[in-house]
Amino acid sequence: MTPVIEVKNVYKSFHSIRAVNGIDLTVGKGQFTAVLGPNGAGKTTLVEMIEGIQIPDSGEIRVMGHAWKGNEEALHRAIGISLQETRFMDRLTVWETLRLFASFYDLGKNRVSELIETVNLEEKTAAYTMNLSGGQRQRLALAIALLNRPKILLLDEPTTGLDPNARREIWAILLDLKRKSNTSLVLTTHYMEEAEHLCDTIMIIDKGVVLREGTMDQLLSEDAAEKIIAFSLDAPHPPRSHFENKCPFPVRWDSKNGKGTIALSSLEDQLPQFLSFLNACGLHLRSMECRRKTLDDLFTQMTGRRLNE
Amino acid sequence: MNKHIRTRQFWHLTMAHLKDVARQPAVLFWGVIFPILLAIGLGMAFTRDTETIHHIGFIQPGGHTGDHAVKPSEIEDIFKRAVNDYGYQLTIRDETSFELAMKNDTLGDTSFVFESSSWEALIIKLKQGRINLIMEKTASGLVYHFDPVNPHARLAWLTVSPFAGEGTSMVLDAEPEATVSPMELPGTRYIDFLIPGLVSMTVMMSCMWGISYGMIDKRSKKLLRRMVATPMVKSHFLGSLVLVRIFINTVESVLLVLAAWLIFDIVIQGSFTALVTVFLAGNIAFCGIAVFVSSRTASTEVGNGMINAVVMPMTVLSGVFFSYYNFPDWSIPIIEKLPLTLLADGIRSIFTEGAGLAETISASIALLLVGAVFFTAGLKAFKWH
Repeated sequence: MTPVIEVKNVYKSFHSIRAVNGIDLTVGKGQFTAVLGPNGAGKTTLVEMIEGIQIPDSGEIRVMGHAWKGNEEALHRAIGISLQETRFMDRLTVWETLRLFASFYDLGKNRVSELIETVNLEEKTAAYTMNLSGGQRQRLALAIALLNRPKILLLDEPTTGLDPNARREIWAILLDLKRKSNTSLVLTTHYMEEAEHLCDTIMIIDKGVVLREGTMDQLLSEDAAEKIIAFSLDAPHPPRSHFENKCPFPVRWDSKNGKGTIALSSLEDQLPQFLSFLNACGLHLRSMECRRKTLDDLFTQMTGRRLNE
Repeated sequence: MNKHIRTRQFWHLTMAHLKDVARQPAVLFWGVIFPILLAIGLGMAFTRDTETIHHIGFIQPGGHTGDHAVKPSEIEDIFKRAVNDYGYQLTIRDETSFELAMKNDTLGDTSFVFESSSWEALIIKLKQGRINLIMEKTASGLVYHFDPVNPHARLAWLTVSPFAGEGTSMVLDAEPEATVSPMELPGTRYIDFLIPGLVSMTVMMSCMWGISYGMIDKRSKKLLRRMVATPMVKSHFLGSLVLVRIFINTVESVLLVLAAWLIFDIVIQGSFTALVTVFLAGNIAFCGIAVFVSSRTASTEVGNGMINAVVMPMTVLSGVFFSYYNFPDWSIPIIEKLPLTLLADGIRSIFTEGAGLAETISASIALLLVGAVFFTAGLKAFKWH
């Protein structure tokens, strides 16, 4: 089966800044893919190249088996997109905005009514778009993206800046779509929960290159270490040399917050070793928690920074 | 499929643009009511007979030493010819001021308000523009102090000097009514000059601000980018925007002319077909310029500057409020070719000179060409993303 999106060795620079630096991406039919990375990682540039808005400096992009050039009309009919922070005409209502976009696809009232129901904007149909909350505006953008029953949905940070409830509403709509249709999704985000909750495969990118790619299980099992111990000490500024030379495991010490983390593969064997190391150094635990390893931990291991920085 | 008109799409785009404008209450005021108020204000100020008042400083003998109180007998002596021969009325208002006034139905009432004070105090008032002329009574007669380049001062001097004191060589020897015939023919009043200018300016402003600003705003909101990521036909988007703007301009202009007709009895003497033609051509010219100006930038600040760069020179030069024949001779052939001049002169010749299609068709064609050239260039350079 041919993939619906194929990105091969794509590069894109703006002036002297390399936004995308040789990325490959393949998305199959019905597959939900997250492009996860911090701000400035090149997520938007990558997605806008797939959307046909930006043209790559080099490399190849095929959507539904076709290049953009010469196939704009057909591809625009096949995809649905939501840009990062689009605003609409201030004084058009939700209903009128959807009717306008529906007219571009030769669709009428019935489809608009369906989508208003899908994104739960029934109570806002007569409201001007300028009076919508951030979450409502994103749901309107999502409704517009879904108007033409797209084979491919491309969403650029659909939940950035939204409160947790508004974010969950968007997630619910997308999960529903996944159950009911065969649409493929590419979604950019810097929330690891979003990638984890919605997507089958996750591509972690930073500075225009792919760091890791795979399913959630693949990503987190690549290293044997799967448990994270986060701890703080009585002494807020322990000497670095303790961690660097004597500790049996690599310690990541956040001196600003006075917190450290270690990654363990076996709690039963390794936790006692860690405790005896602290004892030997004369360090006393103030707090300690054990949690499952997350994508954020993985990103931090690879880059030394956090996703949300 | 891309080439022919998609009626549903064009209709929804047109309605969207129209609602976007019509739902802003301020549009009604600035687009419709404000031009009418401006016409009324300027029309009243420059058309109706009003009282002319000259403020004149007065220094009497001894005035330099601090005695400013006027002596009625001396004043009456200075202006006895004005009162006896010309029918002026002399009123002593208070210790240091008096007024000489005449009612005249043809030329409007005239009055001279004199203020007696010291030289220093009067010079300050002269510098502030509160008086234009200082009249000094000396032992040898009257002396006038004024700036000969200042037209108001010259006018005050010319009107007061013939009948003050012994008079000057210039003589108004007959009744003014006998030699002055007021212009009351249709189309010769200031308001007749003004209304075609205001209609033209409204068209220019509305196209430039409405289209340019709307487009820049939609670009900065990323709405243009979102819209072209659909099968929307680009020419439909711009075409509907232009259509809505022409519709709005027509409504505004009709209301303005209607108000001028009701209040000032203004008439359209020439061909109605010619008027519609030149009006539409002017709309297309300014829509084209607007699309060109807004073809690239996404910043409203930059847009502001560019729109002003187009609008300001033409507002000043193109004879909207006052005739451009007051500008230097070498500049007139250039001014005559500005789009706003073409439009204003075209509309004005139809309103006041009774011009028809034959007289205005060249201006209409020139405006259409301007529109076509800028529209094409703008579309080529247009940045949707």
